[in-house]
Amino acid sequence: MNELQVKTMAEFMADGKSADVLFWVGSAGSFDDRAKKITRAFVQILNKANVNFGVLGSEESSSGDAAKRAGNEFLFQMQAMINIEIMNGYNVKRIVTTCPHSFNTLKNEYKGLGGDYKVQHHTEFITELLAEGKLKLTGKLKGTKVTYHDPCYLGRANNIYDMPRELIKSLGVELVEMKRSKRKSFCCGAGGAQMFKEPENGAQDININRTEEALALKPDIIATGCPFCNTMMTDGVKAVNEGAAQVKDIAELIAENL
Amino acid sequence: MGISNIIFLIVFAIAISFFIRNLKRIIENIKLGRNINRSDRATDRWKNMLRVAIGQSKMTRRPIAGILHIILYLGFIIINIEVIEILVDGIFGTHRFLASILPLKLYNFLIGSFEILAILVLVACIIFLVRRNIVRIKRFWSKEMTAWPRTDANLILVFEILLMSAFLIMNAADSLLIAAGAEHYTTSFSTPISQYFQFFFSGLETSTLVLIERFTWWFHIIGILGFMNYVLISKHLHIFFAFPSTYFANLNPLGQFTNLESVTNEVKLMMDPNADPYASPPTTAPVAESFGAKDATDLNWVQLLNAYSCTECGRCTDNCPANHTGKLLSPRKIMMDTRDRITEIAVNKRKGKEDTKSLLGDYITTEELWACTSCNACTDACPIELDPLSIIMDMRRYLVMEQSAAPTELNMMFTNVENNGAPWQFPAADRLNWKDE
Repeated sequence: MNELQVKTMAEFMADGKSADVLFWVGSAGSFDDRAKKITRAFVQILNKANVNFGVLGSEESSSGDAAKRAGNEFLFQMQAMINIEIMNGYNVKRIVTTCPHSFNTLKNEYKGLGGDYKVQHHTEFITELLAEGKLKLTGKLKGTKVTYHDPCYLGRANNIYDMPRELIKSLGVELVEMKRSKRKSFCCGAGGAQMFKEPENGAQDININRTEEALALKPDIIATGCPFCNTMMTDGVKAVNEGAAQVKDIAELIAENL
Repeated sequence: MGISNIIFLIVFAIAISFFIRNLKRIIENIKLGRNINRSDRATDRWKNMLRVAIGQSKMTRRPIAGILHIILYLGFIIINIEVIEILVDGIFGTHRFLASILPLKLYNFLIGSFEILAILVLVACIIFLVRRNIVRIKRFWSKEMTAWPRTDANLILVFEILLMSAFLIMNAADSLLIAAGAEHYTTSFSTPISQYFQFFFSGLETSTLVLIERFTWWFHIIGILGFMNYVLISKHLHIFFAFPSTYFANLNPLGQFTNLESVTNEVKLMMDPNADPYASPPTTAPVAESFGAKDATDLNWVQLLNAYSCTECGRCTDNCPANHTGKLLSPRKIMMDTRDRITEIAVNKRKGKEDTKSLLGDYITTEELWACTSCNACTDACPIELDPLSIIMDMRRYLVMEQSAAPTELNMMFTNVENNGAPWQFPAADRLNWKDE
């Protein structure tokens, strides 16, 4: 693995410097083995584009999204206030994150608790880097068939549908759409804290239903932009037809084609 | 003023007073909800109402139902201009009053468009009945669509078919009477549709035609007055409440959930190093509300207004991933349960009856609540921007913060977040390990 250049906000402060943007890694991006690869891929992109970014490292704590959606508003607000205190302490103005759940919470819900930041999802951030000419993409993936699964907290929750698609298309691949896409997209089954519990009794698991829809298009790659969607779709592919398609984050697709 | 005018006035007065009384009751029921401030951003709210309710912007996402609905909606609004004429004629004993004050061309244009809309509405209602009862579209037959909700929907459609038929038959009889030179029937008007109905009545005696014309006239107006009152006890209330519901809708991004203010105050106190933990609460403090919602009265008034606005179309449930994969949760049922429960609370209150039930448990089970992925498919699908998700979340809040009744795995997740700041059991010190892996 190539060496990643990562500095914490504390190190920036010790050097008397400041970062232009905070990369909010999120709990999944920090601890989940699959999600960590997405984190590394995104940092490769940031390094390649020479972005002056910092992370919170051990000072980062759960955004509180899962706690809030599970009904534990106390825990959410405790987490939010702890995080806000730390970020305001570092005078953070701009945040980028690879997790749509952190993205949504930090962007929309921290505002009312004293944390007002410009928050971007990594697909927005990468789009800007490309537009500024800071990244050049190779056409290695030309001829591959990719379908994109909209994360609910990026799509319906925050109306970001086109940017991830444009990024995928910029790789020169063939983008095929599921019938249920964009605002009609079907959840992967992980939101609302479902990630941390067994599903209720039913006829089918939600991620299986969604994976079947995706695999029906016979894609080489199922792309998404959320570590939880990634887990659900990866598990789905394993259960439905192992090896039929790869599940990849857009950050990984970009990082592999720099 | 003849006897028929007096009868008309009495019928009209009774219908209107019943309507006002019952509408007031529903508004009182809605006011049983908690307070929420939705008086901000007035311009955006008007725009939202214009676009979504008046402009029907979300209906056409399902083109067949959407277009048929727009026909019904336009028909409903435009044909009701005719009601003005009926009212004046009814009260003052005139005949086709509007013709006496409008230019003939305009009057003909109006009646002509009413007739065309009437036949379109009639056809749309028949197609809707076919969709519900013969094609049996799935969302009209799911579990919560028990006998009454299904009958309710059919009754409304039959009602509208009868009203439209009465209107067209009335015009057909009227124009035949004009042709026959009958007394009083002297105002000719255009009959683009009703001329084809004349066939059924040709050759009838003038007196019979008068009888038909008068019967359909009375049927039409009494039907409308009755329908207006029926709407208040039916799912059809959306014809009035879609407007306030879209005006008071949540204008924030769908992903943004409310931050409970009562919690903020407590958290701030907990985190304030200067706070005195032994201080007695200020005597002026308002009575503490429970966290979240156990019963319909714990919900806010917008949620209750939403519940009365729901017309049970089932688009929310049809798009719900949990429902789609056979879980118990149905967002439509959440809305219906909320409406039924707040009505029950209000009725019991008025009768002074003891009430031991609650929305949570007696209507909505925890299994339904925990099946939600908060994906916002329901709120996005709703043609009038009702918000079942906020009700689900408020009930989860009650379960967790008042009853500590989350599923075991979620309690473990909470403990992890509390202890090590992540939903999994990893120490914060390891947060940067990915860097060197």
